[in-house]
Amino acid sequence: MSVPLHHPGYDEDRVQLLMEKLPCRETQIGTLLALMGEPEQYCYPSIFIYGHRATGKSHVTQGLLRELELPHAVVSCVECVSAGILFEQVLLAFFGSSSTDSLPRNPFLSDFVRIYRQLCGQFPATQTRYIVLDKAELLRDMDANLLPGFLRLQELVEDNLTVILLSEIVWDKFRPNTGCYEPLLLHFPNYSKVELQQILAWDTHPSYSPELYSSYINILLGVFFSVCRDLRELRHLAALNFQKFCEPLEAGEAKEKDSHKLWRNIEPHLKKAMQTVYLRDVCSVQWEEAQSEEREVADLKGFSVHDHVELPYYSKYLLIAAYLASYNPARTDRRFFLKHHGKIKKTNFLKKHEKTSNHLLGPKPFPLDRLLAIFYSVVDSRVAPTASVFAQISSLVTLQLLTLMSHDDQLDAPKYKCAISSLVTLQLLTLMSHDDQLDAPKYKCAVSLDFIRAISRTVGFDILRYLYDFL
Amino acid sequence: MGGVSFPREHGGGVKAWARGRWEEVLTVRGAAAAQSGELSCLMKRAPADDPARGAPHGLGSHTDSRKEAVFIMSKRKAKDINLTAGECLSEVQRLLRERLCHQHLPIGPVGMESQYKHLLELLKRTAVHGESNSVLIVGPRGAGKTMLLNLVLKELMEVDEAKKNILLVRLNGLLQTDDRIALKEITRQLNLENVVGDKVFGSFAENLVFLLEALKKGDRSSSRPVLFTLDEFDLFAHHKNQTLLYNLLDISQSAQTPVAVVGLTCRLDVLELLEKRVKSRFSHRQIHLLSTMDFQSFLCSVELQLSLPPDFLDRRFSEDWNAGVKALCKDKSAEAVLKKHFNSSKDFRSLNMLLMLALSRVTVSNPAIRPTDLLEASRLCTSDAKANILHGLSILELCLVIAMKHLNDIYDGEPFNFQMVHNEFKKFIQRKSHSVHNFEKPVVVKAFEHLQELELIKPMDGSTARSQKVYQLVKLMLDHTQIMEALQKYPQCPTDVKQWAASAFG
Repeated sequence: MSVPLHHPGYDEDRVQLLMEKLPCRETQIGTLLALMGEPEQYCYPSIFIYGHRATGKSHVTQGLLRELELPHAVVSCVECVSAGILFEQVLLAFFGSSSTDSLPRNPFLSDFVRIYRQLCGQFPATQTRYIVLDKAELLRDMDANLLPGFLRLQELVEDNLTVILLSEIVWDKFRPNTGCYEPLLLHFPNYSKVELQQILAWDTHPSYSPELYSSYINILLGVFFSVCRDLRELRHLAALNFQKFCEPLEAGEAKEKDSHKLWRNIEPHLKKAMQTVYLRDVCSVQWEEAQSEEREVADLKGFSVHDHVELPYYSKYLLIAAYLASYNPARTDRRFFLKHHGKIKKTNFLKKHEKTSNHLLGPKPFPLDRLLAIFYSVVDSRVAPTASVFAQISSLVTLQLLTLMSHDDQLDAPKYKCAISSLVTLQLLTLMSHDDQLDAPKYKCAVSLDFIRAISRTVGFDILRYLYDFL
Repeated sequence: MGGVSFPREHGGGVKAWARGRWEEVLTVRGAAAAQSGELSCLMKRAPADDPARGAPHGLGSHTDSRKEAVFIMSKRKAKDINLTAGECLSEVQRLLRERLCHQHLPIGPVGMESQYKHLLELLKRTAVHGESNSVLIVGPRGAGKTMLLNLVLKELMEVDEAKKNILLVRLNGLLQTDDRIALKEITRQLNLENVVGDKVFGSFAENLVFLLEALKKGDRSSSRPVLFTLDEFDLFAHHKNQTLLYNLLDISQSAQTPVAVVGLTCRLDVLELLEKRVKSRFSHRQIHLLSTMDFQSFLCSVELQLSLPPDFLDRRFSEDWNAGVKALCKDKSAEAVLKKHFNSSKDFRSLNMLLMLALSRVTVSNPAIRPTDLLEASRLCTSDAKANILHGLSILELCLVIAMKHLNDIYDGEPFNFQMVHNEFKKFIQRKSHSVHNFEKPVVVKAFEHLQELELIKPMDGSTARSQKVYQLVKLMLDHTQIMEALQKYPQCPTDVKQWAASAFG
C-alpha cells in the first residue's frame, strides 16, 4: 500500500520526525493518520490493532498521539484490577485531577458514562479524544458489559471520541455471544528480517564500527531468526552476547575484517544462549558471570528446581516405582517384577498394535497398592525398610508437611504416606483420588523421563530396562 | 429542573419539602390518596415548559453542531465561494466522517419506510393522545435500529404538542446492568433526583415505589407521556426477576400515565427470554428490520452516503465530487467489490466501515474516491486475521502448527498433547528437513507456549488440569485450509516445510 505523504491538519515536520523515530512502520503510521483525519474531524468509534508482540503497536500509537499532542488517555489493562481504576485513569487524562471526585467507590460503566457526559458538557472536545487500551484481551475477563460498552463509547457519551484497542490476539476471540459494535481492524505485521537487521543495527557500540555491529547482528539473526522474531528479545540477546563477540578483537587475535573467524568464535556461544538465556533458565547476570569465567554452560543449565532435588533413598525408590506404575501397563507388571512369572510369549507380550507409546500419551493413574508392590520388588531387598528409616524419612518430611493433602489420611501405612505425601507436595506425584475413593487413593507420577533417569542413576537402577516403551 | 413542574407555593426548599412529603408517605400508610394530588403534580402536563427540556437529550448535540456548521458556512459564503482544494477536501472529510463514524442521521429512512411510518404512528399516539404502548424493534447488528428510532424521535419532536409534553427516558442494557442502576437513571432523567434525594430514602424498593406512584397517579388526559427506550433490550431480561420490565410493561397495560416502551434488540428469540408474567403484559408488537434491500438499492445507498448535500459551500467542487461518486458506483471493478460486500453483509455499519476506509485514502493528490481505494479498503476489511497472525510466526512455530495439522488429520480432530506434536516434528526433522535444525526440547516447548498465548491452540479443560504441561491435551483452533493458505503467502517459507505441509501423512 502506498503511503499518503500529506496529512492535512498536522505539522509536517512533526510527522516527518515521527516517521524517523519509528522506523519501518511508515505504512502503519500513514494508515493510522489517514484514519484519524484532521484533529477535529471524527474518527471511527473503535479501532482494534492487533499483531505479534513487539511489532510496535503501543509504541506507534502512543508516539503518534503524544508527538502530535492530541488529547488521549493510555491505559494498560494489566494495571486495572478493577474497572474503577480504568475509568479513573481515563477521566484524569481528559479532565484533570478534580474529575474523579464524583466517581463512586465501585463505579459501574453507567457511572463513568454519566460523569463523562457531565464533564464533556463543561469541556467539549475541540479535537478527537483517544482512549488507548493496551493488552485489551484482559477486558474480556472483566465485566461482560465493559468491552461492548467501550466499543460503542462514542455513541454512549456523545463526544468526539475514539477507542483504540491493542492486543496480540485476533478479534475473533473477543466477539461476545450476541455480537457487538464491530471495530475497525488494523494489522501490524512483523518486522521482516531486513527490517529487524536495520532496527537492531541502530544501537551500535561506541568503540566499534557500525559495520562490525551490523555484521554481528547478521550472525545473531542467522541463529535466532527461525526461533524468535520478537524484537525486544532479540535486542536483549544482542546486547548480552556482544561482549563475547568482541573478545577476539580485544585480545588481538582477529581484526574486524576477519568475519569468518569472528563467526566461528561466536556461533557456539549463541547456540548455548538459545538453550539457556532464551528460555529464561538463567538470569542474564548469571549468564554473564559464567561467560567471563569460561565455565561450561552445562553447569548453568541446572538452575531449574527439578535438577537440584535431593531426595532420601526410599523416596527415590518410591518415585521410581511411581514412574514405572504410571508408564507401564498394569498387565506387564508380572513380566517385569516376578522372578518366576512362568512362560509369557514374547510376541504376546509385545503387542505391536499398541503403537502409541505411553510416553506420548502421558502418565496413567495408579492405585497405592500397585505402587507399593512395585516398590518392594525394585528396592534393594537387603536393606529392609525398618521403622527407624521411615522415622528418619518422616522427620525429614515434616519439614515440608505444611501443605499435606488432607484427604489421604485413610492410608493404611502412615509411614509410606509421609514419604509419598512429600512427593505429592513437591508436585512430583499428582494425587488423583476423588472424595468418593478415600480408601484407594490414586496417584500419577509427574516427573519427566530425564529426571527419573537421573534419579535412578544415583541409586544404580537401570530404569530403561523396566520400561515397556523402551523394550 | 425544568421537566416536572413543582407546585410553586412550596418554593424555597424543594428538598425540604420533598423530605417532609416523603416522611409523611413512609409513616402514614395508606395515605396515598392524600398526597396523590402532589404526586400527579409531578407528572402534570406542562403548558409551555422551558424549551431546553423540549428536545430530548441525545438529539440536542446534533442540532447544535449542525447549527454551528451552518453558521460557519454562511460566514464563509460571504467572503469567498471558491475554496482551495485542500479546504474543500477537509470540508468533505468533515461532512462524510460525521455521516460514517458518528451517528449522523440521514435525511430519511432509506429502505425502511414502512417500519418508520409504523413506529412514528405508534409514538405519536402516545405523545399526542396519551395512549400507552409497547413495541420491540428487532434486527441484526448494524441494521439501523437506533437510527430508525432516532429518526422517528426527531420527527416526533417537530410536532409541537409532542415536543412540549413528552418526557424521554433512554436506557441502555450495556450501562444499566441491574434494576437499581436503571431506576436511578430513570429518576435522573425525569429530573426527580431532587425529590428522591439519596438521604431521604435510598433503598431499591422505596425508589421503585416512588417511581411507580409517580407514574400510576397520572391519567390519560392530564399526565405528560413518558417514552422509555431500552437499547439492548435482551440484557434487561437478565436482570433479577425482570422487575423493571415487569413494572414498565404493567404500566403500559393499564390506563395510568401514558407510557411507551420501545425496546431495541438483535435477538429474534427475545420473547423467550421474558418471564410469563412479563410476556403477558407485552403488547407483542414487533417491528422487524430485516433488510430486503437488493443490490441496486444498495448501490443507491452507497451513492447517497457519499454524495455531498446541495448546500455545500463550493458548488463546482461538490458537483465534481458527486459526479465522481456516481462514476464510482458505475465502475465495473468498484461494483464487483461492492457486490462482494453486499453478498456477505447488508448492514449499514459494515458498509460505513468500508466507505470510511476508502474515504481515509482521499487526499489533495487524490481528490476523489477511486475504485482502487475501494478495492484496497475491502482488502483491509476482509483480510483474514488468523492468517495475518500465522504470517508472523517463526519457522519453528509454523512447523509445530503443521505437525498439529497432521495430527488432526491422523486422529480425526481428537485433542493432542505437546509430546505428540514434538514427536511428529522430530519425525519431520529426521526424515525430510534440510533447512530446519533440530531444536532442543525446551526451545520447542517455548514455541508451543507462544502458540497457546496467541490462542491458536486451546487447552481442553477438565481432568487434565493437574497433569504435566507437556501432557496437557490441547486443540488446534485453525482450519485445514486456513493453514494451507497462510503457508502459501508465508514470506520465504522453506520448500521442505511446504512439502511437508502438503503431504498427506506426517
